[in-house]
Amino acid sequence: MTLTVAPAHPASPDAGFFVAPPALSRTRHLLGLEGFSGAEILDLLDHAHTYRERWRTQGRAPSRELAGVEVCHAFFEDSTRTRASFELAALRLGATSVAFTAGGSSVSKGESLLDTLQTLAAMGVDLVVLRHRSSGAAAYVAQQLEAGVINAGDGMHEHPTQGLLDLLTLRDAWSGRFEGRRLAIVGDIAHSRVARSALHGLLALGSEVTLAGPSTLMPAEIEALGVEVARSVEDAMAGADGVMALRLQRERMESGLLPSLSEYARVWGITPPRVALMKPEAVVLHPGPMNRGVEIAPEVADGGRSRILAQVENGVAVRSAVLSRLAQAARERRAAHL
Amino acid sequence: MSDSSARGAANAVTLIRDARHWQTGERIERAFANGQVLERAPAAPDRVIEAGGAILAPGLVDLHVHLREPGQTAKETIESGARAAAAGGFTSVACMPNTKPVLDSVAWIEWVRHRAEKALCRVLPIAAVTVGQEGAQLTEFVALERAGAVALSDDGRPIMNAGLMRHALEYAKQTRLPIVVHEEDLTLRGDGAMNEGLTATRLGIRGIPAAAESVMVRRDVELAELTQGRVHFAHLSCKASFDALRDGKARGLRVSGETCPHYWMLTDEAVADYDTRAKMNPPLRSDLDREATVEAIADGTIDCFVTDHAPHTEDEKRQPFDQAPFGIVGLETALALTIAGLVRPGHLSLSRALELWTEAPRRVFGLPEVSIEPGSPADLVLFDPELEWTVDTSRFASRGRNTPFDGWRLSGRVLATFCGGQQTFALEGAPAEARA
Ligand SMILES: [Zn+2]
Repeated sequence: MTLTVAPAHPASPDAGFFVAPPALSRTRHLLGLEGFSGAEILDLLDHAHTYRERWRTQGRAPSRELAGVEVCHAFFEDSTRTRASFELAALRLGATSVAFTAGGSSVSKGESLLDTLQTLAAMGVDLVVLRHRSSGAAAYVAQQLEAGVINAGDGMHEHPTQGLLDLLTLRDAWSGRFEGRRLAIVGDIAHSRVARSALHGLLALGSEVTLAGPSTLMPAEIEALGVEVARSVEDAMAGADGVMALRLQRERMESGLLPSLSEYARVWGITPPRVALMKPEAVVLHPGPMNRGVEIAPEVADGGRSRILAQVENGVAVRSAVLSRLAQAARERRAAHL
Repeated sequence: MSDSSARGAANAVTLIRDARHWQTGERIERAFANGQVLERAPAAPDRVIEAGGAILAPGLVDLHVHLREPGQTAKETIESGARAAAAGGFTSVACMPNTKPVLDSVAWIEWVRHRAEKALCRVLPIAAVTVGQEGAQLTEFVALERAGAVALSDDGRPIMNAGLMRHALEYAKQTRLPIVVHEEDLTLRGDGAMNEGLTATRLGIRGIPAAAESVMVRRDVELAELTQGRVHFAHLSCKASFDALRDGKARGLRVSGETCPHYWMLTDEAVADYDTRAKMNPPLRSDLDREATVEAIADGTIDCFVTDHAPHTEDEKRQPFDQAPFGIVGLETALALTIAGLVRPGHLSLSRALELWTEAPRRVFGLPEVSIEPGSPADLVLFDPELEWTVDTSRFASRGRNTPFDGWRLSGRVLATFCGGQQTFALEGAPAEARA
């Protein structure tokens, strides 16, 4: 029997339920670095650089640049450092900050996020800085709110301002040149939003990225993103222009992913002999807080190659730049509504 | 249906004219009355339906749906689920027991059958394998079979304890009931929310490896050999599972398997923007697995199709990806997705595709045969394989709207469904209704 069936091409489905907006509707949200062009990233880094130099030379008295802009720091997961960095960034530009902390386990996940969204929407804040344990949470919030959303870490997905501050730190260390440079990222890649943001940014800028870590902590098919996976930390670091050590969570042992901290330190720790494998001018990064003696040796953390404190300084500058850009867009939206 | 008097009188004769036979393609007419297909049409039927060349086939059968009743009527009810089934051309559906409470007793099986008496399709309850689906104590298989259960399953959950699975397979031999297994090694699944692979890596979603399914299929093929029991593998989704099933069949074991339209239509890339409508369990897999699904269907490894119709409320699905429930509705898109994914690309003839939705599932569960020939119950579907339509979940009869196919343009549409001679669905504006 021959029945010809008319060809039917699936139309692009209407947005129902939850479909995330693109990584950044460029001026409106910062959800991740995936999809950014090198030029866009450099532009943000330049902006951050301006703030940093101004604070270095003219002091840190708050400007009035973001006067009247309201920023809500919504942290559903503890992060003293990131939150402090964002709050300082807002303060130095004269924005008004409100905090919304729903600490750890006291808030059950799903409903509370929806309820919180509605509360935030009713307050009418301009920007929401969101930290949440669910991957995609920032995209989810961005879809539901008028406000601009800055992802301050969503599950195992991305932490784009961390990625930007790493890039700013590397740009200083690498004399402004990303092409031909290679960063080794070592440790728990699978659970690291820091690694994901950094690698997307570096690849967009023309650098190479080599990953190394226990195979239980290496995500599936990650090479397809354009990175190399080395077999050992030595292979990854040899000839590299820098290394980023990732924080190791103790619960990886309990969940059967690793035998012990000492085994980890022995096989994957960033130690002086391993640092010596890199290029002479290579630098060491760590997103903090550090487990000294586990993923990084104390001599390395405090040594001459370490740029860990520079990362912290750059964090405030980068977050100021991002707040400034997105606030501009938020103001324009508000003006259009009036 | 416009003519209510025709529906009212059970002995009234309905004549379907100018239809095409689902297997031979020849022009046919069929009359039915008293719920049965008649030997020949009387000179003056009470009602005439001009089919206009539409295909007449036995009513579709879905061995795997979740009707959510008792307990979760915001998601679906037996009534709304059966109406969705009728709209999809189904005349029989087997409903899974993972309701609240679980269908693990004679009383609940009888309750479902009673609730389903007025439903728009035949609802065949599947009973739980273990009390409360807790994986500890077997339910009363013999009594459940007598009460009308058509199979046993702890679907929604695997039977993790291999020893218990062995006993279930052995004890089920006291009945004719197959054990339907949801294969998922929970220790391999962990907190996974989608298929393990590049998309999960990119999105930072914890992955579920395909092996979480296939190692259990392998295990239960071995247990089917040990016990000579009857195993039916639910919603298979990956190459390694099909290979294991193929192997079991080659060894002459009493094993069978089913798959669902989403596994031949989509891959895990459908999740790319954290679209919770594409979150299901087993998860959408790689393109290799998708191709293997088509191959397993084409070579007969797969015994029948099911939808795994799993309705959820919009609020539940409107959550961050890792928190949203697994599941997709399927009754109202099944036939069109079969045409789009299997018939149109030339993997299956339309008649073979229909067989996998009609005769094949009846064989798998040992249900009475239904045909479009005289003497058969008038469980019939009339559909136009070329009629184009756009999936619009707002018009679904199901309470569930959770499907990634919303907005898709598909061809193949059910015009009318008859269950036991009663018209249970008529497409608005279709010839079947307009001329009735
Ligand atoms: Zn299942």
